[in-house]
Amino acid sequence: MNINRRHFLVMMPAAAIAWKYVLAGAPEDAPNYTMSEHWWGMLLDIPKCIGCGNCVRACQAENDVPNGYFRTWVERYLVTDWHLEHPEVISPDGGKEGFPVAQEEANGKYFFVPKMCNHCADSPCTQVCPVGATFIGPDGVVLIDPNYCLGCAYCVQACPYGCRYIHPEKRVADKCTLCYHRITKGLTTACCEACPTGARQLVDLKNPNDSIHAFLKTHDVQVLKPQMATSAKAFYNGLDGSVR
Amino acid sequence: MAQCDKTSLAESDTNFQTIWCDEETVSAMNGVEGYMYPNEVRLYWSVLIVLYPYITGLVAGAFILASLVRIFHVKAVAPTYRLALLTALSFLIVAPLPLTLHLGQPQRAPEMYFTPHATSAMAMFGYVYLWYLMAVLVFEIWLDYRREIVLLSESATGWRRMLYRIMTLGSNNISERSLAIDERAGWIITLVGIPSAFILHGYVGFIFGSLKANPWWNSPLMPVVFIFSAMVSGIAAVMLLYMLTTKLRRLRIDMPCVDTIAKYLFYIFIIDFSLEMLDLVHRIYEADESFRSISFMVHTKLYFSQIILQIYIGTFIPLFLLALVQVKKLSEAARKTIYVVSGCLIEVAIISMRWNVVIGGQLFSKSFLGFTTYKMSLVTREGLLMSIALLILPLFILWLLVKLLPPWPDQESGKIHALPTPVS
Repeated sequence: MNINRRHFLVMMPAAAIAWKYVLAGAPEDAPNYTMSEHWWGMLLDIPKCIGCGNCVRACQAENDVPNGYFRTWVERYLVTDWHLEHPEVISPDGGKEGFPVAQEEANGKYFFVPKMCNHCADSPCTQVCPVGATFIGPDGVVLIDPNYCLGCAYCVQACPYGCRYIHPEKRVADKCTLCYHRITKGLTTACCEACPTGARQLVDLKNPNDSIHAFLKTHDVQVLKPQMATSAKAFYNGLDGSVR
Repeated sequence: MAQCDKTSLAESDTNFQTIWCDEETVSAMNGVEGYMYPNEVRLYWSVLIVLYPYITGLVAGAFILASLVRIFHVKAVAPTYRLALLTALSFLIVAPLPLTLHLGQPQRAPEMYFTPHATSAMAMFGYVYLWYLMAVLVFEIWLDYRREIVLLSESATGWRRMLYRIMTLGSNNISERSLAIDERAGWIITLVGIPSAFILHGYVGFIFGSLKANPWWNSPLMPVVFIFSAMVSGIAAVMLLYMLTTKLRRLRIDMPCVDTIAKYLFYIFIIDFSLEMLDLVHRIYEADESFRSISFMVHTKLYFSQIILQIYIGTFIPLFLLALVQVKKLSEAARKTIYVVSGCLIEVAIISMRWNVVIGGQLFSKSFLGFTTYKMSLVTREGLLMSIALLILPLFILWLLVKLLPPWPDQESGKIHALPTPVS
């Protein structure tokens, strides 16, 4: 092949970019799992949540989440008649060890709200990543490539739900993966498995037999901060208007 | 983790409530008041990210001042033309440093260029930066200095001769015709450079303004405010540098020059302040769901940096002083003092503004139910000392550049022309 200097100079950047893709490698093997056959989400049933913190502990153990950071956490709301828009919210250590006893004389209602990455279909976090290290897969799970992330924290700023953090040791962005290593093997997530009341349910919207379809038809299900238009896939049953 | 302070918002008129907290929790909660999502308690963008828009702004502002001479034929400010270009270059070289130092994985920074994510404002900024650095600033400076570089490559000795020879890039033709082409090309580059400078800093504003998750940042006015504040800070910086370098060279300050710069500074500062006030009034009048939270923050955690430093000290005082010069005939000494004081206060205002945007935007919870505290470290990679070093570094680079490419006439060879001939 006759390549002159001009052609060589033109081809060099293209070859460099191609080499970067080769270095990035192929995705991890998951036998019997076809990404395009799934569209994962999570159903969070607020009336069922008892604030035990099992989910937080299970998540931290399963995913080696560092202390003080949370892939999932539980909040306790107290909404009083006078402060409908300004509830009192607590989440001591992410609700990991449960909550203090509620005040009996409190004039309002208490309830628990489990929080996690919403795995938004139109996620602002993946939009802003400067290198595409965080992305949404064909199965609807928003993931981060820790070997590629710069640790710039732009995604942390862009997430409206506060679900991301910079891992203090790995120094890259981290968040809920929907226990991807488990769900691709046909298991459910650690938090769902640990929940004693079934307040969390992994759902697959592409599976016609998933009970989520019937549930959505018969319940008032909402997402957090719908005004953000992120097409969130964390579906909340019984969500109070004061929850943010 | 995320509870409230005992002396909390309940005492304020915001009706935020003090909620469950015992003594141990209070001491362990790192200055959190009200409720923060647990991952929000720490700030992820530090003082280095405050420096990044500040330094980039100085670049854009300095370049706009230079373009006044070349494109808009404002001959009075010509003595600052080359100094403005070199200032812009010095700060532009340093601009990516705070960003890179802040990264968790700084060694991966080049990935932004190799495999950029097309929808990311930050990734595209990398290209805007590179375009501005190489296609505008370095090219314009090279064209402008080419004649001197060629002459110096012949007259200098030793390593300097070698350096100047490299800098000629093998282009030794300094005939009249060749210089006329340089002049024409330089004019075109400056013309392209003005929108490029606007894009450079507008883009910095866009990085913040386009984040819908954060109401303190999310505003279409943000890029415009950033552009005007950039012009203010850059013009003030070049004015101060010109006065300082002239004093150091024991020469007389060209008063018509600094008077003209101050006039432009005054007008642009008025536009900048008006835009910021428009943003503020809009927020107050609209009073959306984030307003109570943000208003509380401005009246407490940002009170000193925003109300006192940025607005009272950094804006009202210099605006009053600069207005005074416009309406009253003052002595030369008084005007000089006013320009130095105003210039310094304006820099304080703009760096405070960057602080209020970057740090302020992370002090309140996206739940709008609480606030956290920023604790700046001292000697860490993202600490105070590093920030000071990053502010001094461009001045050191400028000193080197001035030694290498003297921006004023009658220096060294005595052959250098500081003023480009405007092309009509």
